[in-house]
Amino acid sequence: MYVAVKGGERAIDAAHDWLDRARRGPPDQPALDSAQIRDQLSIGTARVMAEGSLYDPDLAALAIKQARGDMIEAIFLIRAYRTTLPRFGASLPVDTAAMQVKRRISATFKDAPGGQILGPTFDYTHRLLDFRLMADGELPADPPALPEAAPDQVPHILSFLNRDGLIEDAPADDAAPPDLTREPLELPADRPLRLQALARGDEGFLLGLAYSTQRGYARNHAFVGELRIGTVAVEMDIPELGFSIDLGEVELTECETVNQFKGSKTEPAQFTRGYGLTFGQTERKAIAMALVDRALRWRELGEDDQGAPAQDQEFVLSHCDNIQATGFLEHIKLPHYVDFQAELELVRRLRAGTADAAKEAAE
Amino acid sequence: MTAFDPQMTGPILSVSGITKRYGARIGCADVSFDLWPGEVMGIVGESGSGKSTLLGCLSGQLEPDAGQVVWRGANGPVDTVTMAEADRRLLGRTEWAFVHQNPRDGLRMGVSAGGNVGERLMATGARDYGRIRDTAEDWLQRVEIDARRIDDRPSQFSGGMQQRLQIARNLVSGPKLAFMDEPTGGLDVSVQARLLDLLRGLVRDMGLSAVLVTHDLAVVRLLADRLMVMKDGRVVESGLTDQVLDDPQHGYTQLLVSSVLQV
Amino acid sequence: MTDQAYNFAYLDEDTKRMIRRAILKGLAVPGYQVPFASREMPMPYGWGTGGVQVTAATLRPDDVLKVLDQGADDTTNAVSIRKFFQRTASVATTESTGGATVIQTRHRIPETPLTEDQILVYQVPIPEPMRFLEPRETETRRIHALADYGLMQVRLYEDIARHGEIATSYAYPVEVAGRYVMDPSPIPKFDNPKMSDCPAIQLFGAGREQRIYAVPPYTQVVSLDFDDHPFVASKAEHECAICGSGDSYLDEVITDDAGGRMFVCSDTDYCARRAEGGAA
Repeated sequence: MYVAVKGGERAIDAAHDWLDRARRGPPDQPALDSAQIRDQLSIGTARVMAEGSLYDPDLAALAIKQARGDMIEAIFLIRAYRTTLPRFGASLPVDTAAMQVKRRISATFKDAPGGQILGPTFDYTHRLLDFRLMADGELPADPPALPEAAPDQVPHILSFLNRDGLIEDAPADDAAPPDLTREPLELPADRPLRLQALARGDEGFLLGLAYSTQRGYARNHAFVGELRIGTVAVEMDIPELGFSIDLGEVELTECETVNQFKGSKTEPAQFTRGYGLTFGQTERKAIAMALVDRALRWRELGEDDQGAPAQDQEFVLSHCDNIQATGFLEHIKLPHYVDFQAELELVRRLRAGTADAAKEAAE
Repeated sequence: MTAFDPQMTGPILSVSGITKRYGARIGCADVSFDLWPGEVMGIVGESGSGKSTLLGCLSGQLEPDAGQVVWRGANGPVDTVTMAEADRRLLGRTEWAFVHQNPRDGLRMGVSAGGNVGERLMATGARDYGRIRDTAEDWLQRVEIDARRIDDRPSQFSGGMQQRLQIARNLVSGPKLAFMDEPTGGLDVSVQARLLDLLRGLVRDMGLSAVLVTHDLAVVRLLADRLMVMKDGRVVESGLTDQVLDDPQHGYTQLLVSSVLQV
Repeated sequence: MTDQAYNFAYLDEDTKRMIRRAILKGLAVPGYQVPFASREMPMPYGWGTGGVQVTAATLRPDDVLKVLDQGADDTTNAVSIRKFFQRTASVATTESTGGATVIQTRHRIPETPLTEDQILVYQVPIPEPMRFLEPRETETRRIHALADYGLMQVRLYEDIARHGEIATSYAYPVEVAGRYVMDPSPIPKFDNPKMSDCPAIQLFGAGREQRIYAVPPYTQVVSLDFDDHPFVASKAEHECAICGSGDSYLDEVITDDAGGRMFVCSDTDYCARRAEGGAA
């Protein structure tokens, strides 16, 4: 007699056991130390923090190790952990003008107060595999040339344009931004909510969208007005104390783009802005975010809806989260045989109907 | 040429003081008129004259800044500017019809001709597939589309057929009032003539009232009982169609008429 | 053994309260999709996170939980979800439909009739029944608000015009309490009639799409159709090869390389009970 397949539980346990061994690799090799991941794969940990929406380099490194280097899986681990953390309150807005910059560049001005600092960038490296790293992985003999101490305040370059009214004003707004992780996403979303979703969004998805705007799908002629990477202090008001205290510092990447704008019925011709802000050194993401942010602003600026994907906030916001996307994509691996059975019956019946009709036609 | 309904006393649609601004620019200003049962009102003017804005305000697609559009339908008089959106949508699929210039805006291009025609019936509760199909076939024939094409999609139709399908899709619910936005625009002259003929017959047979926007004076001459001429968002002249076209009073109307004559 | 690192049933109490509010709103407005701030769960979106959150907000320590997927308690994801609640809520679990107080399901409604003491929690991938006709959430919400469901009927019309019948075999749309059109989750349409006038509470959770909806006990649930093409709750026209049932939903099992196949009950608990009863 037929017996239905059993043993799902044992299969799962065995699979998890196998996974643990595969993660570890050959036992005669030294195990990866998560501190090594944190410090030597730091751009990876930055991405996990940025899209995981949790600033903790140690946990991000652990997640990468546990996920065997699968970045989206690592982001998922961080997100799931983040959900369980209690909320004590919100920090004060960080002051990116007071950033201790390690990298700061502008494509729109040759020089600016505070200067340009290339910092630890892949830009201008020749992408040639460096086999020395495979051989021994040693540092160059000379110690790195550290920049001179950067000034305390590095003004935002776009503020110089603003003095002449050549760029749209971006006045400070004290309204508390909505919280995507505590309220369901309601559409249409305002800009703070959009920026929040983009900041958590998948780097690859935003890169593709931003690229599409450059290729003409809602082109908005972006220049990097300023890109800066560095650390800022995080402060929090403690009502019981009556003053704010310093909680520590986080590394951020901030990108402000300058975009051409010919003016519309309601707005004069002036430059407009796109904005990106992300955890860690994640500049590709920050630039892409700024371009997509700018594309999504077509309505408030009175621009035409060109029907481009990057202009469609419902499309962008509903699909930029890689944890939602990967979950739904991969769920088609789950058993669907009940639905499939229903489809089988239907197809058989429809085919039978077609055969009958053909037979009738022949007679 | 108009079949006024003797049972109806008073206008079916009363428009008063309709005004719509776009910032500082005027879309249309202070437009008032009455439309009688079975009457076709033509609105003519150049592009930018405000005639499409006015049509949008009348049909509930745009929200006017001021004015009233009082509809006297089966449920008594109601101001459609202030009525609930749910009621306006219901009106839009029962007693009202809207024929777009581009059939793609008024049809579901991915749905068969029969589904397009049947949608209004189903939206108002029809649940008998066979009867819906019969009605759709009947309407396809009335707009001179071969009933055997009932399961074809509009994308397989010519432009003129698509426009006739749009008309069938709208008129299937037996509306009392049709808004038409350049219904013959974008069609070849010979196709236009056939469509105008068809429209004239349908309007007469159904006792349909209509507000017809066009820049084409030949269209209003054929279809409209009365005429309003718009310029810069305002009505500069109105009256019986033949009277306005044959003896225009306003300088702008004279220009319009003469430019047609030159063609 | 409860994992002490987490609150009972994993979610913190504030989150559970938020979810319970959404559930109550859903019960008050049958078939209406209530937006809720879905949390990131330690299992992937699309794998039952909505159902898990609803179950977590519903469970009490003395509940008895059954989890099934495709009608079976032993499918991998059912096992995984059951383990999750064993670990985080240490509730008793069962494979018996009659013995459970909370049943989380994916793609099936048990064959054994449910009772007033039970809650059935469905996992929902796409809660919007019109999503594939109208991709925009802003527009579908308007359609629901105005009960402007003509488009839905057009879809069924098109099926009949093209195929001679309504070619929707699962996730077959229903109208709830004469008002909202609802997606019943991807259950086979064979299960649709079980939803109507059901004594149990039926809750639906869609985690990724951030929606919860509900059918209260003894609520009318009607599968959309035409008068002259009525809804038919069809299944494979066979009997179960194990228990001989002629009126339960069947899985088709391929038994050899030569195209041999057999049909067995999809509901493994129902089938086992009948087989035992027959033997006794």
